[in-house]
Amino acid sequence: MFLIALKMLLGDRSKYWMLVGGLAFSSLLMTQQYFVFQGLLSWTTSHMRNMRASIWVVESRVDQVNETKAMRDTDVNRVRSVDGVDFAVPLFQGVLKARTADGADKMIQMIGLHSGTLYGRPPRMIEGDITQIRLPNSVIIDTLAAETNRLGAGLGRPLRIGDTFEINDREARVVGICQTERHFFGYPYVFSTYDQALQYAPRQRKMLSMILAEPKPGSDVAEVARRIAAETGLRAYTVPQLEKSTLRWVWTNTGIPISFLTTIILGFVVGVAVSGQTFYSFVLENLRNLGALKAMGAGNGLLAGMLLLQSVTVGLIGFGIGIGLTALFGLTVAKGGQPPFKMEALFLFQALAAVILICALAALFGIRRVAKLEPAIVFRG
Amino acid sequence: MEAAAISARAVVKSFGVGDARTLALKGADFRAVEGELHLIVGPSGCGKTTLLSVLAGTLECDQGEVSVLGTRITALSNAEVTRFRRGHIGFIFQQFNLIPTLSLLENVSVPLLLQGAGRREAEAKAAERLAQVGLSGRERQRPSQLSGGQQQRVAIARALVHEPRLVICDEPTSALDSVTGHQIMDLLSGAARAPGRCVLIVTHDPRIYGYADRISEMEDGRVTAVHSGESLSSFIHAATRS
Ligand SMILES: Nc1ncnc2c1ncn2[C@@H]1O[C@H](COP(=O)(O)OP(=O)(O)OP(=O)(O)O)[C@@H](O)[C@H]1O
Ligand SMILES: [Mg+2]
Repeated sequence: MFLIALKMLLGDRSKYWMLVGGLAFSSLLMTQQYFVFQGLLSWTTSHMRNMRASIWVVESRVDQVNETKAMRDTDVNRVRSVDGVDFAVPLFQGVLKARTADGADKMIQMIGLHSGTLYGRPPRMIEGDITQIRLPNSVIIDTLAAETNRLGAGLGRPLRIGDTFEINDREARVVGICQTERHFFGYPYVFSTYDQALQYAPRQRKMLSMILAEPKPGSDVAEVARRIAAETGLRAYTVPQLEKSTLRWVWTNTGIPISFLTTIILGFVVGVAVSGQTFYSFVLENLRNLGALKAMGAGNGLLAGMLLLQSVTVGLIGFGIGIGLTALFGLTVAKGGQPPFKMEALFLFQALAAVILICALAALFGIRRVAKLEPAIVFRG
Repeated sequence: MEAAAISARAVVKSFGVGDARTLALKGADFRAVEGELHLIVGPSGCGKTTLLSVLAGTLECDQGEVSVLGTRITALSNAEVTRFRRGHIGFIFQQFNLIPTLSLLENVSVPLLLQGAGRREAEAKAAERLAQVGLSGRERQRPSQLSGGQQQRVAIARALVHEPRLVICDEPTSALDSVTGHQIMDLLSGAARAPGRCVLIVTHDPRIYGYADRISEMEDGRVTAVHSGESLSSFIHAATRS
């Protein structure tokens, strides 16, 4: 009988495609939006993957990685003296204006690394040698910065090693190009040493943005971070802590999650509305057939099972198409990371569950209608 | 005396409530025996379809007792009546009610599939039945490719495929022309010859009275007369002359 159920549905081409289309759209909307959202969220913590450190020490009011409140230079030594800290180094982090060859101003994310250790250096160099930033007026830029429409502007080509540009009227010579994960603000990274970064940045009383610390081998990172915070009055985060805190900050302080969630919920609602409506009218149109089946001895349970099978089948097909389109989007439109796109297996299952829920809801209306159906209606003209 | 296929006593059925309430059956008694083709006739609105629905177990009556093939269906639960219909009753409807998106073969296999038969077995039997109603070679066609008479023949094949002991038909010929109607009735009266089977037909159509072994006449919610043997011939004579 279940094969019969599927044939009944497949026989109604227009309803079938309407259902599959509605559910595919709904699946596409939910997953595509969620993955873009995840991509966007991952941008908010990309600092932590571009400047890897075990412990991030910040001013006591800072609760996310993209925010800086300057600390005193002496704070570095206070952190160093905490028991369990192997070493601690200063880090400058700030958005500065760079001037390109054609005189245009471009915003950059300036990072100043501790000259001795270069702790916090980008994970992957594409060209050049990171240690060269110790030379006067030398910087390493990321591939985004090198682009023709970023710091390469005016040259008509991407920036290369040996090219120069200006940061705050000071010359910056490119000595290397690195790969970074894109940052939420959209500004390219420029790395230099801490001391040079201070030269590039407008002079202020306090310039230290963050302190990166490494615990002694064998000691517990979280415990060392807790001790740093307790002894210095600064905030010290482990990587997972800072990630969590940053994401929480995004959730509570920006409209991004709400707007994405709204779209995702809308996708769900549209799915329920379209498929519920279509499926119900499919059931209504088939009421005589269902009544005939009922007269011939099909019980409510069997008919419910048939309807459920029909709706879940279109659900799975629609979901497959929707996911396919989402993947296609990820592989084409979002290929260059713009918009950000981050697939997550778990959400695929959640979206699948949502689609099955949609189908179950859609079938439910039909099932209720059929349960109340008097098989005797088939005798009426 | 022949074994009763159906016996119903004092069946009452009303529709609606309050002012809209209509009493469709007002204490109808009915009896049909095995091996006969039994017609229920009467003026429009007298309750024929309602009685047939109650006898077939597709409609619950308000009062009265109905036994079908030795089972008191009025005492059964909903699920039990459904199972009973599945096992013992074949249905033929005025509007044929074939499922348009299924092939003839699939349509005819439905009663067997409902009984839990495998698809292969069901389709083999269905093909046999289709051949018996003169439709072999058209198993893969859709109902819409057939004329009304052919569709009704498919419906007969479907009603008989699981060899039910009771076959219920509401106005099986009223949507058909006279020649086709007679072909359909030939098939149905042939079916009534199967041992232990009863074919029960509601009709308006005096042209088919001649096929009946027995005719129950209804009026205003009751069975008012039953004709068989001698009285049947004179009833048919009177009905077809007028
Ligand atoms: N589902 C229903 N709801 C309300 N009234 C109904 C319903 N079914 C039948 N009736 C009423 O019950 C009475 C008997 O109807 P029924 O259909 O049994 O008559 P019938 O003899 O089959 O008529 P016809 O020859 O026109 O088919 C009629 O007055 C009809 O209007
Ligand atoms: Mg009727």
